[in-house]
Amino acid sequence: MEIAQKESSPLLRRLSPGDWLYALALAGGALFALRQYGGFMDVYDKAILLLTVPGLAAMGFAWKPFRAFLAASTALALVSIALYQGDLARAEQVFFLKYLISSQTAIMWMSALFFIATGAFCLGLAARSDFADATGSALTWCAVTMGTTGLMVRWYESYLIGADVGHIPLSNLYEVFVLFALMTGLLYLYYEGRYATRRMGAFVLLVISAAVAFLLWYTFSREAQEIQPLIPALQSYWMKVHVPANFIGYGAFALAAMVGVADLLVRKGILANRLPPAEVLDDVMYKAIAIGFAFFTIATILGALWAAEAWGTYWQWDPKETWAFIVWLNYATWLHIRLTKGLRGPMLAWWAIAGLVVTAFAFVGVNMFLSGLHSYGSL
Amino acid sequence: MRHRSTLRAVYELLSSMRFAISLLTLLGVASIIGTVVKQNEPYNNYLNQFGPFWFPVFEKLGLYSVYNSFWFLTILGFLVLSTSACILRQTRPMLRDMRGFREHAREASLSSFAHHARFAHGLPAAQAKDAVQAYLLNNGFSTRVNVREDGILLAAKQGSWTRIGYFLAHGAIVLICVGGLLDGNLPLKIQMALGGKQVTTGNQLISRIPDSSRLGVDNWSFRGNVFIPEGKSANTAVLNVQDGILLQDLPFTVSLRKFHLEHYESGMPKRFASDIIITENATGKSVEKTIEVNKPFEFAGVMMYQASFEDGGSRLHLRGHDLRAGGAPRPFATEAVVGEAVALKDAGLDHTLELGSFRAFNIENMAAEKPEADTGNFARLEKHLGSGARSPTAKDMQNVGPSIQFKLRDAAGQAREYQNFMQPILQDGAWYLLTGMRDSPSAPFRFMRIPMDDDGRPDSWFAIRRVMLDATRHPEIARRFAATALGADTSPDVRARMQETTARTLELFARGGFESLGKFIESTIPEAERDKAADVFIKILEGSAWEAWKMARADAGLPALVPAAQHSRLLRDTLNATNDSLHYGAPVYFQPVAFDEVRATVLQVTRSPGKPIVYLGSLLLVLGVFAMLYVRERRLFVLIKDTGEALVALSSNRKSMDVEERFRRHRDDLTTLLNPSPRS
Repeated sequence: MEIAQKESSPLLRRLSPGDWLYALALAGGALFALRQYGGFMDVYDKAILLLTVPGLAAMGFAWKPFRAFLAASTALALVSIALYQGDLARAEQVFFLKYLISSQTAIMWMSALFFIATGAFCLGLAARSDFADATGSALTWCAVTMGTTGLMVRWYESYLIGADVGHIPLSNLYEVFVLFALMTGLLYLYYEGRYATRRMGAFVLLVISAAVAFLLWYTFSREAQEIQPLIPALQSYWMKVHVPANFIGYGAFALAAMVGVADLLVRKGILANRLPPAEVLDDVMYKAIAIGFAFFTIATILGALWAAEAWGTYWQWDPKETWAFIVWLNYATWLHIRLTKGLRGPMLAWWAIAGLVVTAFAFVGVNMFLSGLHSYGSL
Repeated sequence: MRHRSTLRAVYELLSSMRFAISLLTLLGVASIIGTVVKQNEPYNNYLNQFGPFWFPVFEKLGLYSVYNSFWFLTILGFLVLSTSACILRQTRPMLRDMRGFREHAREASLSSFAHHARFAHGLPAAQAKDAVQAYLLNNGFSTRVNVREDGILLAAKQGSWTRIGYFLAHGAIVLICVGGLLDGNLPLKIQMALGGKQVTTGNQLISRIPDSSRLGVDNWSFRGNVFIPEGKSANTAVLNVQDGILLQDLPFTVSLRKFHLEHYESGMPKRFASDIIITENATGKSVEKTIEVNKPFEFAGVMMYQASFEDGGSRLHLRGHDLRAGGAPRPFATEAVVGEAVALKDAGLDHTLELGSFRAFNIENMAAEKPEADTGNFARLEKHLGSGARSPTAKDMQNVGPSIQFKLRDAAGQAREYQNFMQPILQDGAWYLLTGMRDSPSAPFRFMRIPMDDDGRPDSWFAIRRVMLDATRHPEIARRFAATALGADTSPDVRARMQETTARTLELFARGGFESLGKFIESTIPEAERDKAADVFIKILEGSAWEAWKMARADAGLPALVPAAQHSRLLRDTLNATNDSLHYGAPVYFQPVAFDEVRATVLQVTRSPGKPIVYLGSLLLVLGVFAMLYVRERRLFVLIKDTGEALVALSSNRKSMDVEERFRRHRDDLTTLLNPSPRS
């Protein structure tokens, strides 16, 4: 995700055979998808599919564990699709589908794994147990793998309902909550590897657990998990780029806020000998906000381009747009203060935490309290 | 001189970070207001919401259109000004910084760097210089060499692009704001102020709207709606401004051939599309096109979008059943058009029927609601496993047919609203025509269920109801009921009492339905016997309804009825519906029998000259943000001193953790480089 600057030798020379295999598999996968499902795509969908190849390849080159994660979740999704044999009813009949890798079941597994991982990280923090931390980390990897499998299978299932119903599962509050948990989880795992510390896990997984708790409430109380067809305004390839970019932003901001909590504790001397030093936490917080801000900027712009096509105007101060703007302003100010004024310390951590409140309102609060065009998920 | 320093101070303030941050905060807070107060609603809504005192206050503050208000635009203007000033102020030092290598840096200043180190080197100066130069090149630095009295300084830098990022990102903000202003309603406000244009009310014919409320085809920035019914055309757009409208003449005429409205099985909308023909006024050139949501079309510099759809004046054929006592026994036919009012003089009524809307279909969940069996937690979890396609609750989505919604306004101007379905609907195992009534638009409809007879028609109900509510026929019904109920061998005395009770029951029922009967029971019968009495009254009413039915059939010359099981259900439903009809509030029940649907499309048309500017700004913003955040400017200084000592110093524009790590690597690499082991 970071633009490669670590090594100075040319990129191609740094690639291992594993990298090449990974890139080859990505390209092969894209071509297979194009051949198999090209009939359901328009030219923009195809372009996005093809651009995903270099995008995911770069991810894998810069962050090696990502390759195995993607391979595992794709393999699981393919097994699930093969087991379905094009018949939705088999989700009830085939053991592996019903209890492991149909979309709902996989998402339930993701939820359970995130909860257990949170517990393991907390134990690791309390008992200073590296083993518990390592377990938490492994469980988080399993959780994001199951969640990603779940979303990919859900995508396939939506087409089994009907070709006119099928769509990428990024269209309502239920689906984006799964995405939020995945993005935050992946971002955490990235920073965990990069800073070689697992002690932030207890904090970051806490916010993921909160999202998962909401997801479960939404499933069991509101039956929100049922795949719904798309209203005309949402039937667009823009959804495939706008929504993920947005959730890299939301995920990164959430992560930054939780690291901010850890940062404040360390500065107060609480858990200071168990957590990474404040300057590490501060650095993670900055990195997360920087990546979040960059992607949130892209997401908002993509949203504007989409709005221009769907609603006839790229910006119309719809509540969701306005709150996205407020979130953007908030982090723009944060970055100005840190980078230009060179400010450090608890103030920025407090601000990052407050930022999560603003972000949460833009994400969920707008749907709950305000009405507008982004009415894809009311509570 | 003093004047100059004031200007200078203003410039300093405008370009200061403090000012910029205050503006960003202010902008954020101001934006929140517009999400709390709903924007651009009809003024009447605000009047209702805020009351007559606050309404004009908030109007003056521009709260109904915050993002177009003077003060909001002023904040944006200051943001543009502040950003521009900031760019202006930074340009010279930044360019100097980007170009310069600082190859004259003194040793003392280098040793004050946070990251610096000294070590001994074992190479001749010239050789050392070449080695370091090659190393720097290899590591992506550009280098300048300065040979001076204390040794050779190699000043290297990389990532100066991050400074360009600053210009891109901040210039982008200015571009986006300027483009946005061009597409906002500022151009319109200027035209209204300078060109003497003024808004007019929407309630008049388009041809009567004066020129002062029309904008010419050469207007280069507008956003409006075009309403076109199927088979009709339009060449003007309506712009909603404040609490009125302006008309925008278009350089072309759009005619709507057909509007497509498709739904999923669940009744959710699936596709809105307009088949249109556009004819350019100047050239007569025409184009056929289908516009749908997410697929706009540009013609003659005007973008057209599928915004919404409405009824374009569907024609409904209605059958009116007179519900008044002594009203016409035969139904009458009438027609109504959506959006228009019909006087019902022909039917002998003072009322007008205002047909508000027509729906060609209504999709309802007809599944019986089953109480959830408590099957334990695991079963509950299991219900949520499997595919996301599975519905956890039983659903049976069915089209229950067309419906209309209308108001019936009496001579005094009082109106009630009705919703009538065209086809009978199956409920609890029997078929009914549903008609809903409400007194106020905010109330839910209360439905009357008109039962269908053996022939699947509502006629029996109307006929029975007519006879039952006709006071002149009550004695005959009572006589017949008494005869049937009591049998032949009852004494005339008992029979007379029965007749009298029946007639009294009918009279009470005709007056106010079950409610009058209930009151009667409460006032005359002791509490302990009321339930039993109520049963008796119901039996009497059902028996009477059966007699009334037979009489009605005889009146109409229809063959006598053969008693059948389904009749008792029909009689019960008849009584319920008759009771409800007494509170229906309308003299006539209108049954929709046929329709000619005409749809209309609403296209949004815009000319937005700022769009390319905003898009360019957006692109620059993304490039700028990435360049600023991810291109790191680093300067590496290597001073090879003649004394055999080397000094390495690193500076970076970002104080992050990896700078330290990077510095250590360069220091170690250079140390090795300048102290080759004897073997190599």
